[in-house]
Amino acid sequence: MRQQSFFGYRRKNGRVGVRNHVVILPVDDISNAACEAVANNVKGTLALPHAYGRLQFGADLELSFRTLIGTGANPNVAACVVIGIEPEWTQKIVDGIAGTGKPVEGFSIERNGDFKTIEAASRTAMRFLQDVSELRREECNVRELYVSAKCGESDTTTGLASCPTVGNVLDHLESVGATISFGETSELTGAEDICASRAATAEVAEEFLRIFRSYNDFILSQGADLLGSQPTQGNIRGGLTTIEEKALGNLQKIGRKCRFVGCLAPAEAPRGPGLWFMDTSSAAAEAVTLWAASGAVVHFFPTGQGNIVGHPIEPVIKLTGNPLTARTMSEHIDVDISGLLQREYALDEAGDRLWNMMIRVCNGRLTCAEALGHREFVLTKLYRSA
Amino acid sequence: MIHFIVHGKQDTVGVMVTHVASDQKLTGWNMETDETLEAVAREDIPLGHKIAMKSISAGEKVIKYNVPIGNATGDIAPGQHVHTHNLKTARW
Repeated sequence: MRQQSFFGYRRKNGRVGVRNHVVILPVDDISNAACEAVANNVKGTLALPHAYGRLQFGADLELSFRTLIGTGANPNVAACVVIGIEPEWTQKIVDGIAGTGKPVEGFSIERNGDFKTIEAASRTAMRFLQDVSELRREECNVRELYVSAKCGESDTTTGLASCPTVGNVLDHLESVGATISFGETSELTGAEDICASRAATAEVAEEFLRIFRSYNDFILSQGADLLGSQPTQGNIRGGLTTIEEKALGNLQKIGRKCRFVGCLAPAEAPRGPGLWFMDTSSAAAEAVTLWAASGAVVHFFPTGQGNIVGHPIEPVIKLTGNPLTARTMSEHIDVDISGLLQREYALDEAGDRLWNMMIRVCNGRLTCAEALGHREFVLTKLYRSA
Repeated sequence: MIHFIVHGKQDTVGVMVTHVASDQKLTGWNMETDETLEAVAREDIPLGHKIAMKSISAGEKVIKYNVPIGNATGDIAPGQHVHTHNLKTARW
C-alpha cells in the first residue's frame, strides 16, 4: 500500500506546500544585489537572483511577470519580500502575490539607494521569517499535491527505467485526483502523434499539435535545425542516437493510462486536477522554473547520464536507472532504480520506491539538490529586450 | 545476468544494460513478450548503446518501441553497434 498522506503547509488560499520559504524576490537584474544583501542579513531567507526584468515588452514581459508572481505565489513560499528598481513594476509583482493571502511587501530602490532599501527590506524579511517559523505542518492528502515531471541528460536507460517509473507514479497520482504536468515541446519530436493520442479530447489534441507545430515552425524560421543540440552530446554519449528515440523514451513519463486534460502556456497554473501539458523549453532549469511558477510543489527528474539541476523553492527528486550514474554520481541521485535493468524487481516496485521518496520529501526530507545548494532559477526569455 | 533489453516485439535494435566485448555471447529480455533472447556481439558495445537484432539495409527504418527512430545510413549486421555512425534522424 502506498501512503496517501503527508505533513504539509496548508496556505490561506487552500493550496498545500511542502516547504516554508521566505523569498527575497528581485523584480529586475539590477535589484539582485540588494536581495542578496537582505538574505545575508536575515539568515534562513532565500534570495532569487535572475538575469532579466528591464525593457522587456509584449508576451516576453508578460511571461516574466507571470513567472515572478507565480514563484512568489507558490505554496512552498510562506512569505515574500519584493525588491525592484522603481515602484510601479514592484507593486505589480506585490499585488499579484498578495492574492494568495500570504505576507508580501515591496521595496523600490530609486530615491532610496541600496542602503536604505536593504535596511527596510531586512526588517520586514526578519519579521516574516520569525512569523512563518511558527507555522506548523498538518496532515494533507496526496490529491492536494501539484507535481511536475521532466527528464534531463537522458540516455537509453531513461526510456527503459526512470521515465516508466515516473509514469507508474503519475498514473497513480492522476487516479487519486492530484494535479500533474509534463512538457518539453521540442523533445516530443518524433513522438508528437503518440503524445496527441494521449489527449483527453480531440480539441486538446489539436491544441497540443498547434503548439508543437508552432515551435517547429520557429526553429525552421531561424534557418536552423536542432541536429547537434537534440540529442545533446551527453545523450549521444549515453547511447541515444536520434531525437525520435529520445522523445519516445521521454514520453514513457506520462504513464500508460492517464490522459492530459489541457494545454498550458509557460508558467500558467493548471485550471483543475489531472495531467496537463505545458509548453516549455527542454532545458532543465528553465523548465523547472516555469513549473514552480505555475504552482508545482515537487518535481520528478529522471536522469540517465546525470543532470544535477535543482530549484530554490520546488524540491527536485532525481532518479536514475543507469547503474554507472548511480555509482559515480550518488550524491545527486535520490532514488536508484538501476535494479530494474537486471529484473531484480518489477516496475511497480520501482514506482513504490519513488512514491515513498515523494512522501518523505513532502514531509520535509531535503533532496540531494537541496542539500547540495542547487538553486537554479532561470527565467525563460522569448526574444531580446527593447 | 541480462546483457541487453528489447522494448517491443517489432524492434530491430536492443539496448545494452552492461558493457560487452566483441564475440561475447549475450542474454537479453524482450519487455513486451517477456521472452528471453540470445545474441552475439560483433564489436565492443558500451552500456546504454544499441545492438542490431537483425540485418538492416542502408536506408531502412530502424525500429525501437515498435516505431521508427530514424533511418540506417549503411548496412548493419546482427550484433553490430547501432549509433550515430550508421543511424540518422528522419526529422532534421
